[in-house]
Amino acid sequence: MRKISDLFKQELQVINIGLVSFKESLEDVGIKVIQVDWRPSAATDDATKDALQKLLGTK
Amino acid sequence: MAVKGILREGEYYDSVTLMLVARDVLAMEGVDDAAVVMGTDQNKSILETSGILLDMFKNAIDSDLLIAVKAKDEATCDAAIQKATELLMSRQSKTQETGEYMPKSLEGAVDFLPDANMVIISLAGKYAGDEAMKALKKGLHVMLFSDNVSIETEIELKQYGKEHGLLVMGPDCGTAIINGAPLCFANVVNRGDIGIVAASGTGLQEVSAVISNEGVGISQAIGTGGRDVKKDIGGIMFIEGIKALEEDPETKYIAIVSKPPHPEVLEKVAALIKTEIKKPVVAILLGGDPKVVEEAGAIPANTLEEAGLIASSFSKGKSMDEFKQLLEEREKGLLNLAETESKNKTATQKFVRGLYTGGTLCDEAMLISRTIIGEVYGNAPLNPQFKLEDSWRSKENTFVDLGEDEFTVGRPHPMIDFTLRNKKILEEANDKEVAVILLDVVLGYGSNMNPGDELNPIIKQAKKSVEADGRNITFVCTITGTDKDPQGRGKVKQQLEDAGAIIMPSNAAASKLASYIVKNLGGAR
Repeated sequence: MRKISDLFKQELQVINIGLVSFKESLEDVGIKVIQVDWRPSAATDDATKDALQKLLGTK
Repeated sequence: MAVKGILREGEYYDSVTLMLVARDVLAMEGVDDAAVVMGTDQNKSILETSGILLDMFKNAIDSDLLIAVKAKDEATCDAAIQKATELLMSRQSKTQETGEYMPKSLEGAVDFLPDANMVIISLAGKYAGDEAMKALKKGLHVMLFSDNVSIETEIELKQYGKEHGLLVMGPDCGTAIINGAPLCFANVVNRGDIGIVAASGTGLQEVSAVISNEGVGISQAIGTGGRDVKKDIGGIMFIEGIKALEEDPETKYIAIVSKPPHPEVLEKVAALIKTEIKKPVVAILLGGDPKVVEEAGAIPANTLEEAGLIASSFSKGKSMDEFKQLLEEREKGLLNLAETESKNKTATQKFVRGLYTGGTLCDEAMLISRTIIGEVYGNAPLNPQFKLEDSWRSKENTFVDLGEDEFTVGRPHPMIDFTLRNKKILEEANDKEVAVILLDVVLGYGSNMNPGDELNPIIKQAKKSVEADGRNITFVCTITGTDKDPQGRGKVKQQLEDAGAIIMPSNAAASKLASYIVKNLGGAR
């Protein structure tokens, strides 16, 4: 089984979702990091989500 | 007065970028109020309260960019909107110029970086939980910087993490150091044999910086988010973190850092230390009863600095006696300095005003000061009876945490944006009862990159402004950080000393010095 302490033996490689500055600072210290170009999808907007759920009969 | 705005569909920017743009627009002459935000319901309600919710914004959705400006006339509004769009475009082209590939989803990112093992999430709280669970299900460790994640989601994520051997740091985890990498708001510290588990962000930063400045170092510093040690979460990650450090061969000593945990959580932590942890443990539970962990075999510390110094002494192979001697010498130095600084004050000057950007540092300062000068006022005081009626108006001895929500709505955190504190410094200096102004400066990634350049002229200006009526204000500063930080502790220290401030090696020392001066001046309760 995987353990948290296994992480400490690996090279840290990061996926960053959100503030770009966190990616930039990791690059600055030589860590491999990739930025996700995340944006809210229509389905994650609360009002749209509600409407969609009503429409699909899941609410 | 005119109000104008624009809405741009599907144009998304992160919150820090938006707030920095808004700050620049607000600084324009003739601009009374400005907002550059995404069209979430929460943002719309803030705009409504400020009277700048234009009709065209009412049906906006989360993925719409809203820019609203209130200014002296329409031309100024137009100029301000133009400036905001230009600033945002320059940010966008900066990202495009690098030409790097940016996947649209976590799945895409994993395809591109198949050996990724950590996901950092700093989205709005309502999206963060889903992304965190997706990451965990892909076998990735998670650092969740976002707050406003529900307790139920936090429990679900942490249970999953525990069962699958994955770290879940946060929600509301501002800092961590994993495999030597400073994550989010973290300091660049020496690597070494001391492991930290912390349920307090600035607490972790202060302890790790003290250790690094002592010439020893950190193996891992795991943040859990403050809520982890509350009853609902039950210390899930705090406990898993300690276990992971026990298993880690690079870690020889463990420091645990927290505001007082829930008694049930504290019992669990103590039981773990007693039965499973063979490595020496130093515990700082700010304001909590250290007896339980002491009985379990941990060494209790009174301050964050002490926790760092005790762990450092172990790492250097020094005895507790040597550590106590060091502490006594520092205490004598503080008392002498307080004596000198008490001599140049007028009869009206009695009180201290602490203007903090770090929440835990503010708490620690109040805990220390309370033992020397009695209860202090604040916006988040230790004793609820000492809550300021108006957080913007200090009285007697006051410590304000400028990172609290009341000060941060619509603006960047005060560790990044000094505008608000600079204004407060000048206001406090104007108060004839003020003898000492106590400030924290937190260095590291994520924080303001030029704190010395910003604070130096303000301190000079404040000092000069009181000269006319024969007053002298003592500025006491603590700098949490190291020379390896991008700002460089030594450089910032020099800049603040050049302005006439006294720089202490820790927040504990700074709080003590400020309190001893107040006590000498008769300002204690």
